[in-house]
Amino acid sequence: MIKFTNVFKAFPKGGLALKDVSFHIAKGEFAFLTGHSGAGKSTVLKLIYAEERPTSGAVRVSGYSVTEMRPRDVPQLRRRLGIVFQDFRLLEDRTAEENVAFALEVTGARRSTIAARVMRVLTQVGLAAKAQAYPRELSGGEQQRVAIARALVNEPTVLLADEPTGNLDERATRGVFQLLRDINASGTAVAMATHDLDLVRQAPYRVIELQEGALVYDSAVDEPRDQAAAP
Amino acid sequence: MNLVVREALLAFKRAPLLSALSVTTIAFSLFVLGLFGLVAVNLQNALRSVAERVEIVAYLLPGTPIEATAIGLKDIEAFPEVQTAMYVSEEEALSRARAELVEFRDVLRELERNPLPASIEVKLKPTFRDAAHVTAVAERLRSFGFVDDVRFGRDWVEKLDRLRQLAAAVGIAVGAAFAAVAIIIIGTTIRMAVLQRSREIAIMRLVGATDGFIRRPFLLQGAIKGLLGGLVAVGLSFAAYALIDRYLIQAAFFTREQAAAIVGFGALIGLLGSATSVGRHLKRV
Repeated sequence: MIKFTNVFKAFPKGGLALKDVSFHIAKGEFAFLTGHSGAGKSTVLKLIYAEERPTSGAVRVSGYSVTEMRPRDVPQLRRRLGIVFQDFRLLEDRTAEENVAFALEVTGARRSTIAARVMRVLTQVGLAAKAQAYPRELSGGEQQRVAIARALVNEPTVLLADEPTGNLDERATRGVFQLLRDINASGTAVAMATHDLDLVRQAPYRVIELQEGALVYDSAVDEPRDQAAAP
Repeated sequence: MNLVVREALLAFKRAPLLSALSVTTIAFSLFVLGLFGLVAVNLQNALRSVAERVEIVAYLLPGTPIEATAIGLKDIEAFPEVQTAMYVSEEEALSRARAELVEFRDVLRELERNPLPASIEVKLKPTFRDAAHVTAVAERLRSFGFVDDVRFGRDWVEKLDRLRQLAAAVGIAVGAAFAAVAIIIIGTTIRMAVLQRSREIAIMRLVGATDGFIRRPFLLQGAIKGLLGGLVAVGLSFAAYALIDRYLIQAAFFTREQAAAIVGFGALIGLLGSATSVGRHLKRV
């Protein structure tokens, strides 16, 4: 599904963002990417959605080689992924429904099917009642739910989440995390970057930890370790 | 409604102030170009009416039989450069002189013999009213046996030529400068509109929009802005023309084609400006 093999990524101004990173996330898996700010979590995600290319090494994502793909194929890859960010990245001047529908429109989906599909995912994230609300009228947790609905509407095989709870209070964090777990339970792989270790401890999911661009711990490969000692 | 059209129109609805501002900016930069165009058009008209007075007069030898003159007249009319060739008899010349040279009326009345020769007055077609063609036709007229002398005001025709060349050179230079200014201002305006939506463009790309999908509404929007700006500019130019025509000097306005060209120019710059700034933006992101 997602496979990194000896991936190096250099910063444009020198220095390495990623050093020899290798891992494999299988279909339907839930994996946390942890580490301090600047450890390389976002870079890993950017490589997955082809915002960046590896300097060396191979990145393969659902059949595409990010290392070698043509720029014109990038949109095709992204339609197979759902992406969620800390800052939601909703279009401020569109309603929740329009934000979600937009992700379908860009793929050239048939107009007649769009409304029903949008309502289905909005219902799934618990926001059907607020379909007509604009982002500014929604709480942070609700905005993130709209973003998740937008990520889901194309029925992705992988959901990428970059600090999805970073801007949320505790209650909203729990709700959004539970939603991600539900999504994973229904078969979608989830790769979630976070530095919220409480969340990581709550769930029995795989943990991939980065430190200064290097993969220092992968719970799928390494011995389980004393969680209290984790940074 | 088509998605591209809808997205393009939505941008007007969402950012009405910025859209109005870009249309106004485009309108005024095209208006400046339009004013210059008006000056150019009227100057050209003035030059053309001056050039209409370019005339070659071939004076005939006294006693030329009218039959020979008639044949010669036919030949001259057949010259490709010639628009009209008119025979003026001796008597006609004298009566014209009497009418025109009022100061000499007494002298002319007391003449015993008409001293004025008959002549053929030749007018050239508009495109041949320059020094080179006038001289060439004059030379050919001179070769007719019954022609005594040919006059065409060489100095005057040459001056007119230089004036025309100067007007064309200044027109092209100033016109190009104004057009460049219009292109730069409109380009910057459109670029602002694109930058204002850079966040939106980034989001579109994240959800898998192709570059073409992102670009098309911008292109349409740029073309619409340019078109509206062009229409306003033509309207403003017409108002300026009407004021000048009424209060200053009689003037001419653009032909329908010229007005359409201004509007088309606006739409084209709007389109190209959008294409380059969106293209640059997409490449950078």
